[in-house]
Amino acid sequence: MGNRVIYLDHAATTYVKPEVFETMKPYFCEQFGNASSIYTLGRESKKAVEEAREKVARALGAQAREIYFTGSGSEADNWAIKGIASANKKKGNHIITSAIEHPAIMNSCKYLESEGFEVTYLPVDSDGVVSLEDLKKAVKDTTILISIMFANNEIGTIQPITEIGAFAREKGIYFHTDAVQAIGNVAIDVEKMNIDLLSLSSHKFYGPKGVGALYVRKGVKISSFIHGGAQERGKRASTENLPGIIGLGKAIELAVENMDAYNKKLMDLREQTIEGLMARIPYIRLNGHRTNRLPGNVNISFQYIEGESLLLMLDMIGVCGSSGSACSSGSLDPSHVLMAIGLPHEIAHGSLRLTFGEENTQEDVDFLLEEIPKIVSKLRDMSPLYEAIKNKK
Amino acid sequence: MSSRKVMLGMSGGVDSSVAAAILLQQGYEVIGVTLQIWQDMDEEAKKSEGGCCSLSAVDDARRVANKLGIPYYVLNFKDIFNKTVIEYFKEEYFKGRTPNPCIACNRHVKWQAMLDKAVAMGIDYIATGHYAKVMLDPASGRYILKKSVTDKKDQTYALYNLTQEQLGRTLMPVGDYSKEQIREIAKEIGLSVATKPDSQEICFINDNDYGRFLSENSDKKIVPGKFVDTKGNVLGTHKGIVHYTVGQRKGLGIAFGKPMFVVALDAENNRVVLGDDNEVFSDTLTASDLNFISIEKPVDGMRVNAKIRYSAKEAPATIRVIGGQKIRVVFDTPQRAITPGQSVVFYNDDVVVGGGTID
Repeated sequence: MGNRVIYLDHAATTYVKPEVFETMKPYFCEQFGNASSIYTLGRESKKAVEEAREKVARALGAQAREIYFTGSGSEADNWAIKGIASANKKKGNHIITSAIEHPAIMNSCKYLESEGFEVTYLPVDSDGVVSLEDLKKAVKDTTILISIMFANNEIGTIQPITEIGAFAREKGIYFHTDAVQAIGNVAIDVEKMNIDLLSLSSHKFYGPKGVGALYVRKGVKISSFIHGGAQERGKRASTENLPGIIGLGKAIELAVENMDAYNKKLMDLREQTIEGLMARIPYIRLNGHRTNRLPGNVNISFQYIEGESLLLMLDMIGVCGSSGSACSSGSLDPSHVLMAIGLPHEIAHGSLRLTFGEENTQEDVDFLLEEIPKIVSKLRDMSPLYEAIKNKK
Repeated sequence: MSSRKVMLGMSGGVDSSVAAAILLQQGYEVIGVTLQIWQDMDEEAKKSEGGCCSLSAVDDARRVANKLGIPYYVLNFKDIFNKTVIEYFKEEYFKGRTPNPCIACNRHVKWQAMLDKAVAMGIDYIATGHYAKVMLDPASGRYILKKSVTDKKDQTYALYNLTQEQLGRTLMPVGDYSKEQIREIAKEIGLSVATKPDSQEICFINDNDYGRFLSENSDKKIVPGKFVDTKGNVLGTHKGIVHYTVGQRKGLGIAFGKPMFVVALDAENNRVVLGDDNEVFSDTLTASDLNFISIEKPVDGMRVNAKIRYSAKEAPATIRVIGGQKIRVVFDTPQRAITPGQSVVFYNDDVVVGGGTID
C-alpha cells in the first residue's frame, strides 16, 4: 500500500485553497494595520475588511451592513441564539429548534433552558427532515425564535428552509438558520428564503479556520455578543482578524462562483459511492434523505460492525472518514442525529460518514468501492451477531 | 518481512508510556489506543484527575504517542464496559457479595474486547503496562503468567482469568523491570509523565463511595435491615447490605461495647451478620468460575499459595476438587475475612497457577 491519503471529511474541515491563501498573505507582515486606525495603513485594512463583507453579503443576497464577522461558526450560532433570547425576552421566552442541530445550537439552547427559557426540539422523520406541521403546532404566543439548520452536518439532509422562513415571517417570529454546511453547496438567498439570521464558517468552504460570520437582517433586535470597542458596529468587539476575514471573503466568492460545477462533480462521486456500496454490501442503509442531501455527503450504517473499527481500518489504508460514534471528541454515545432519525443504538454505532470535496477523484471512489467491502466483510467475520445471521440463512 | 504489529493500551501513565518505548525498541510496530470506557456526567467528577481512563488520560496518552511517533486511537468501549463491569459490579453488591471490577474489566474489556478489535484490524498482539510477565513454558507447552521482577508492584492477581489464546497474543513489556527502572527510562526518554502518581481506586467511582454510586445508578432499592449476631439475635439496624463487606469494622454506625466485625452478608434475608474478631477467620472456602493457566485443570490435593484479595498475603493451602467446576481451598491456617465475590488466586512460587471467584 502506498502512502496515498484520501481525504473524505470535508464536512469536518477543508484545506485552504491556494488562491485564498494568496489573498491573505499580505495581511500578515505588510498590510497589518488595525482596521480601526485612522492612518493610511489602517484605512487600507478597513477597506479590505469591508470588501470581504461585501463578498459575503453578495453570496447570501444580503446587504453588507447585515454581515458581522465572528471567530467561528459556533460563535455565530451562540450569538444568534443567546443574542435574540436576551434582546427579546420581554416579548417571550420560547425558542423552537430541531433535534438534529449542531452542538453549538443544542448546547446554547440547553444553557438558555437553565436560565429559564423554554425550548422545543422538533423531531425529524426517518430522512432527517423537520415537519412544517410540527413546527406550526409548536408555535406559541411566547415564541421569539425558530432556529433550524440549513443542512445537517452528519446525514446531509437539507431542510425546507424556504417554507420555514415563509411561515416564520408570517408569524412575525425571528428565523435563524445554521448554514455552516450549506454555504458553497446550496444556493442561498436570505431575501427569498425569509431568513433573519444565518451562521456560516469559513473553513467549511476552503477558507481559513478561526473565522465565521453571522448575517443579521436589518431591524432584527439582537444583543451585542462581545462588549468592547466599536468593531462590527459595536456588536462584536475585538480587533478584526484581518487575514481571516479577507480569506473568508475570497473563499465565499469562489464557492458561490463555482457552485454549479462543484456540486455536479460531488454529486457524481456521491452517487457512485452510495450506489456502489449498496450493490456490493448486504445489510447496510443510507442515512439522510436519498436526494435532498448535501452533494458531497455519504452516510451509511453497516449492520453488525462498529463504525469505529471501520474508521480505524480505513485510516490504516489512508482514508480519512468520520463516524457517528467518534469518541476522541469526548462523547461515547451514538450520534444524537442518528438516534433522532430512529436508528437503534447498535446500528447508529456502525455508521460511516464520507464527505467529498474538490480534490477527490474517480480513482478515490474506485478505491473505496474496492476496499470498503473487504474491510466490512473482515469485520463482520469477527462479529458473533453476523455469524448467527449467516447461519440462519 | 514486515514487523509485527501490536496494539498497546495506553493510559497516559508512566507504565504504559514506557511500555510503548520498550516495544518500539524491540522492533514492534506499535499502535497506541486508549479504551474509553466511562464518562463522568457530573462536573465534580470532571475536575478530578485520577482514573486510568479519564479524558485527561486521553490527552496524556495522545501526547506520549505523538512524542514517540506512533499512531494513536481512542476506542469507544463504553457499552461493553457498562455491560460486563458496571452491571456485574452492581448485581454482585445486591447479592451480598463484594466484586472486584478490575478483574472483570481485564477479562472482558482489556483482553477479550481489545483483542477482538486488534485481531479484526489485522494486529497480531495486544500489550499493556501491567507488572507481570507472559512466557511460553517449553515443558508444558502452555503460556504462563509470572509475577514481575518487583513483588511490590505485582499485578498478576487481577489477571488470572486470561486464557491460553489470550496469553499467546499478549505482551507485557514492563514486567521485566522494577517500577524504579521504569521511572528511570521514562526520564531518559523525556516522558513528562514520569512524576504522575499511580492510579488507584475504582475508576468509575470518583469519591470511592460505593453506597452512593449504587443508590444513584441502580434501579434496585437499597433497603435497611437488621444487624444480627451469628446466633441470629438482632443487634440493630443497618443501612442496606450493599454498604458492607466481610471483615468490615468501621462505619457500622452503632457502638456494641466491644469490637464487632461483619462476618457475612445474608442477601436473602437482608441481614448483616456481625461477630467478634475470631468469627471473621476461616480456613476453608469454595470457589467457582475457575480459570487455570499453568495447568490445564486442578489436581485434587495439590499444594498452592493462595491469595484471597488484592491486598492479602499469599497463604499455603491445599486444593480439593469437588465436581467439575468447583474447588474447595483448605488453608493451613485460618484466613481473615474470606469474602464472597472476591477472587482467590493460586501461585506456585512466582507462577500464577489459576484462580476463581469465592462463593
